[in-house]
Amino acid sequence: MEMNGDNILEARDLLVSFSTYAGEVQAVRGVTFDLRRGETLAIVGESGSGKSVTAKSIMRLNPEANTIVGGGEILFDGRDLLKLSEKQMQRVRGPQIAMVFQDPMTSLDPTMKVGNQIAESLRKHLGMSRSRARERSVELLKLVGIPNAEERVKQYPHQFSGGMRQRVVIAIALACEPQILIADEPTTALDVTIQAQILDLLRELQEKIGTSVILITHDLGVVASVADRIAVMYAGKIVEIGTVRETFYDPQMPYTWGLLASIPLPTADRSQDLIPIPGSPPDMSDPPKGCPFTARCPYAMQVCPTEFPEYTVFSAEHKAACWLHHPMAPNVEPPVRIRGTR
Amino acid sequence: MTEQGQNGDGRAILEVKNLKKYFTVGRRVSLKAVDGISLEIKKGETFGLVGESGCGKTTVGRVLVRLYEPSDGEVLFAGEDVHRTSGDEAKVLNRKMQMIFQDPQASLNPRMVVSDIVAEGIDIHNLAGSKKERLDRVHELLETVGLSKEHANRFPHEFSGGQRQRIGVARALAVEPEFIVADEPVSALDVSIQAQVINLMKRLQRERDLTYLFISHDLSVVKYISDRVGVMYLGQLVELADSAELYANPLHPYTRALLSAVPVPDPDYEAERERIVVEGDLPSPVNPPSGCRFRTRCPQAVEAAAHVDPPWREAKPGHWIQACPCFA
Repeated sequence: MEMNGDNILEARDLLVSFSTYAGEVQAVRGVTFDLRRGETLAIVGESGSGKSVTAKSIMRLNPEANTIVGGGEILFDGRDLLKLSEKQMQRVRGPQIAMVFQDPMTSLDPTMKVGNQIAESLRKHLGMSRSRARERSVELLKLVGIPNAEERVKQYPHQFSGGMRQRVVIAIALACEPQILIADEPTTALDVTIQAQILDLLRELQEKIGTSVILITHDLGVVASVADRIAVMYAGKIVEIGTVRETFYDPQMPYTWGLLASIPLPTADRSQDLIPIPGSPPDMSDPPKGCPFTARCPYAMQVCPTEFPEYTVFSAEHKAACWLHHPMAPNVEPPVRIRGTR
Repeated sequence: MTEQGQNGDGRAILEVKNLKKYFTVGRRVSLKAVDGISLEIKKGETFGLVGESGCGKTTVGRVLVRLYEPSDGEVLFAGEDVHRTSGDEAKVLNRKMQMIFQDPQASLNPRMVVSDIVAEGIDIHNLAGSKKERLDRVHELLETVGLSKEHANRFPHEFSGGQRQRIGVARALAVEPEFIVADEPVSALDVSIQAQVINLMKRLQRERDLTYLFISHDLSVVKYISDRVGVMYLGQLVELADSAELYANPLHPYTRALLSAVPVPDPDYEAERERIVVEGDLPSPVNPPSGCRFRTRCPQAVEAAAHVDPPWREAKPGHWIQACPCFA
């Protein structure tokens, strides 16, 4: 399978839905993106936008019983991950693609010493001996900035604070030096000072190991501080994608405008109301036929509910799906003011 | 006050004096959740309380509305000691002080319909003379918070997170309170929905002359909504000032570190900014450090900080700090 040499991963037209008692929920509806070697790609969106499902589809971690992969491919290393057997997939998860979840307590085994949890993947995937794996787990704990690592490997997860636990999870994820790290809300459960420590750590490790990172988050501040590119998801679709600078300073579609306008900036004038996005996201068991943002969009036109717009390309990196860019659409000024934070 | 002088007329509606709340966590072991806090909240203002998890900010809110009894110190609401009232007096105070909780899912009884949830306070305080009046009040409240009368007969699970938080707001408003403690009211909501609820709270404050204690770990939201802000660390206030002043001229090393850790949605700004890194984790409130509590993580800690309890003093008019020897 052909892949561009700059890319480590390519997702094409991914369709994922879940069968539930209330019918089929279409979580991801045709998502296409590339992940470049060594970059950090942020995927942002509200809860239910399909960002986590997209990430889990790469790892094939969605519940097997009710997940329907309706189509698409995820190319990695010349192979389509969606076509691998579970056995083949187990050789990808961990050594090649690793994942860090939001809540470090639920991703660690409470009954196992953290050293053994790190050593487990080293022994299984890299075939290290018990003693070599033990040494390496101490090194890894040091790498992620846990003081007193020789003693700490012998402790259980409950003896660690939230930030330290997340460091352990990152150490496990990086144990086999994976080519891709998927971080799903890695700092959402942490306090800001600890969040700053973990984000610094991720940046540092990325430089050292050269891992490509997919960062799932809803926090645009985190995106601005660590990501190279950003994909904005809404109702199972990528509605805008571009470099972080292009997307923050020159956003091209009303949902992205809305997201940027609804967060209070440090410079915000308190006497001005925030500009919220009215309403709430659509029901994904019966998603709208056209642009899913139509019902909440102040600029909606007649065509919007009828058909999902083509992507308009603004630069080599930047494109967005919105009817406002159709030649016949009226000119609209975005209400966004991100520049000039200081 | 600066630009935001429109809120608050300068009279204190709530006075907190040397408030302490210790929880017993074992034999002769106590957790000092709140350890000597004094502050005043002025009528009509929004007072923001920020700090990291475990700093005691939620406990302060809960003691104020009498969900907890304090271990020491007192809380005066319009001159009356909140924790020394009983009977009818206590009931009146309960009506005047209400609370909005973080998790709208957990704070609404799933087996009650919205009209009964909202009207519970009306029933307890006999604020409606007839069934019709009660229902009219509920409808009016729902419309005030941006829901409609049709929602009155539904159950909480039929609503989205943002709508549930609106129900929580309507319930708090039902008894016509003067003071509302809002504990992380928007933290569980998506950003686009957060803005809806923040705007709603601001509008209600204007219309009803409400006073808020707004508790949150989100410094950007707190700055936006608050007139004055208090920063807590390990059960104590370390700094208190007008919101604009605090964010422009933070004096305490902890406030500085906290503010510098907040990521701002502006890539160029983020690329250039320098962070003040706080090493390590929060010490245990069971056995907090002696002297200045922040000294174990402080980038500019000095020897003397371990030996003196830093005094609470006014650095400039309206700007209070815990004056640790490392900077004061």
